[in-house]
Amino acid sequence: MSVTPEHPADLSRRTLLRRAAAAGLLVTPAAGLLSACAGSEPSKSDDSGAAKSKDNPFGLKDGSAVKVVIFNGGLGDQWAKEDKTVFNAKHAGVTVNMSSTQKIKTEEQPKMSTQPSDLVMNSGADMMDISTLVNEGAIEPLDDLLAAPAWDGEGTVADTLLPGTVEDGTFQGKFFVVNVAYTVWGNWYNGALFTKEGWEPPKTFDEFFALAPKIKAKGIAPYVHDAVHGYYPRWALMATIWKSAGRQVVIDIDNLKENAWKADGVLPALQAWEKLVKDKLLLPGNLNHTQSQQAWLDGKAAFIQVGTWLKNEMAATIPPGFEMKLSDYWGLGATDKAPKDVFAGAGEGLVVPSKAPNKAAAKEFLRAVLSKSGSTKFAELTKSLASTKGSGDGVQDSALSTANELMKNAPKDLIKAKFFDFYADLDKESQNLSEELMAGRLNAQQFVDKMQAAADKVAKDSSIKKQTRA
Amino acid sequence: MRHGVARFVTGFLALPVALYLFYVVWPFAQAAGYSLTSWGGYSDKQEFVGLDNYVRLFSDELIRKAFWHNVFFLVTVPLFTIALALFLAFLLNVGGREDRAGIRGIFGSGIYKVIFFFPQVLSLVVIAVMWQQIYRSDGQGLINGLLIKVGLVDADNPIAFTADPEPFLGVPAVLWWLLLIAVWSGAGFYMVLFSAAMQSIPKDIYEAAILDGAGRFHTFFRITLPLLRDTISVAWVYLGFIALDMYALVFVMTPSQGGPNHASEIFASVLNFTAFQKGQFGYACAMGVSLAIFTILLAALQLRITRRERIEY
Repeated sequence: MSVTPEHPADLSRRTLLRRAAAAGLLVTPAAGLLSACAGSEPSKSDDSGAAKSKDNPFGLKDGSAVKVVIFNGGLGDQWAKEDKTVFNAKHAGVTVNMSSTQKIKTEEQPKMSTQPSDLVMNSGADMMDISTLVNEGAIEPLDDLLAAPAWDGEGTVADTLLPGTVEDGTFQGKFFVVNVAYTVWGNWYNGALFTKEGWEPPKTFDEFFALAPKIKAKGIAPYVHDAVHGYYPRWALMATIWKSAGRQVVIDIDNLKENAWKADGVLPALQAWEKLVKDKLLLPGNLNHTQSQQAWLDGKAAFIQVGTWLKNEMAATIPPGFEMKLSDYWGLGATDKAPKDVFAGAGEGLVVPSKAPNKAAAKEFLRAVLSKSGSTKFAELTKSLASTKGSGDGVQDSALSTANELMKNAPKDLIKAKFFDFYADLDKESQNLSEELMAGRLNAQQFVDKMQAAADKVAKDSSIKKQTRA
Repeated sequence: MRHGVARFVTGFLALPVALYLFYVVWPFAQAAGYSLTSWGGYSDKQEFVGLDNYVRLFSDELIRKAFWHNVFFLVTVPLFTIALALFLAFLLNVGGREDRAGIRGIFGSGIYKVIFFFPQVLSLVVIAVMWQQIYRSDGQGLINGLLIKVGLVDADNPIAFTADPEPFLGVPAVLWWLLLIAVWSGAGFYMVLFSAAMQSIPKDIYEAAILDGAGRFHTFFRITLPLLRDTISVAWVYLGFIALDMYALVFVMTPSQGGPNHASEIFASVLNFTAFQKGQFGYACAMGVSLAIFTILLAALQLRITRRERIEY
């Protein structure tokens, strides 16, 4: 954030306060818990633009500046620098001030009600709660971006996006979040090992339970997962619930419908996981994400469940000859209501704060991010698909190509649960219960009962704003 | 002349006091103000709700759980840290054999002092990362690895450490494992503090006691401990503050920050969740203010109880 006033006479009380707050962060780190709640006053934004055209649909002013903050996590930040080049090729007169950080919430939340950055990538462990941002009116609806012409191609921006991207960014009927990375989740295995042993990657839990003894006989644990962050096991549990019970049940769960967790198909899905734990098919120890992924790379476990960022995250330690392959989450078999649905979606969301001084430039930058040239670079650099169509076509890589293949055979419906984005209480409870189930301290029936109780509590709480999905 | 001095002093004090008021006192006052609103943290809409947030605190089950976990640390952290620090300080200063030079510490006490003090120069995050490796819950963890090699622990059933919610003496095991880190990292500093205090106790008091036939046990409990009363009292208050915080350790060391399944939830972790995940800054500020009031009351009470006639020497 620039704290230099445009004219010396502009050194208002507000500017002074802002400087003081910035300096305060340096001076009193220990003032901690109390002052964490403190903020300051809002400022007005100047959004009067230039003329709008096909090449400049938001009326971006030449000579203005745009402040872009990128989350520098698993995907790195090089892709965003490439987007800056793409952007400046069309708008040479606009200055892009790009910075990257891992502390999105720590650095951006205090500025949201005063003078925020123009474009913020809200991602990582330290991200701002999205439903709070929407409820508080702190971020800008971007429906006009979807309707704008694509940067380099036919049709509108919306036409270029992969299925799920618009839905994933939509809250309360408006499109708020541009998720740039397209992620596919599932069970990963080492293709080379499976070929050597003559093992066939299972499609259902029954096939897995049949294969498991053979894997164990080789001194390998059949399964490993991140047991420290509850949202990792929760992906797998929700995927199995969706496959077994079908789409409508998960939608009912998200909408806090009465007894939604007790619907047919939910309990058997969780019982499959309970059996996996009870039969001791997990690698012992409570490992975190990188520890469990390394254990899998080291050949200590046959399967690991995680998303397509895996390759990029572990790039430095993949042993030679290791063939990362992605297979779909397992269903229960013949009784499944939606056996073919794939767990995928757009993630790593960029948002435009409502009080951003240069919203036109922020939206224009997003158009550049979603361009063909931008997203091809994205897939190349991050080894992850972009949320625009065809970004991974040119990339040669077993992890990316198996993910591509999975998406090609996938029906239009994507596995998607939203209750943990809607309600922080259910988010916490479902993470905790997923950990407990996978640690064997909770059985499937208890999981269902406790989740139902937590959902009922939220449904009854009038202080919590309700959200629905269709 | 006196007038000039007053102006001189005021001139020097004005700036630091102003800085303190602005950067420390003012944010505290702001937090107290927010605690009376239903502010979400991201907008400029702040609805005044009176004392609702404070009333809500009393019926919040999670806060009650967190409160008792803080009380656990409040009792154990000072108790174990001071006991260990006193024991070490005693050994290093007056625990050795006496000779013509008088009373001294055990052999090599200078080196031990450096070793015991060492955790104090490391940042808490470095300590936490180090202990993550020590507590790692598979064969690659320092403790588990050794115990599995020796055969004391089954490789299929390693110690879970901070992922273990099972109660030990009525308190979740994860809290005991965190306590161990807190005591380990805190004892060194208080050992140095107590050493300094012990060195200011005149040696002739010890010599007289030894001449009268007092052993180490009696010299410690009859001389050292009573004469260190003031220092221990201050240490107790400081450690009380640390025990009411404990945030960094819980945040870095426990699954889902306060887990497993709320087994290590403390005031600060609930506050963090309420403010930043649930987006209820008003309510979170009420928690912060309550914790501050509780801390101040506790410190006042502590200093009051331990206030006694000073022993001059």
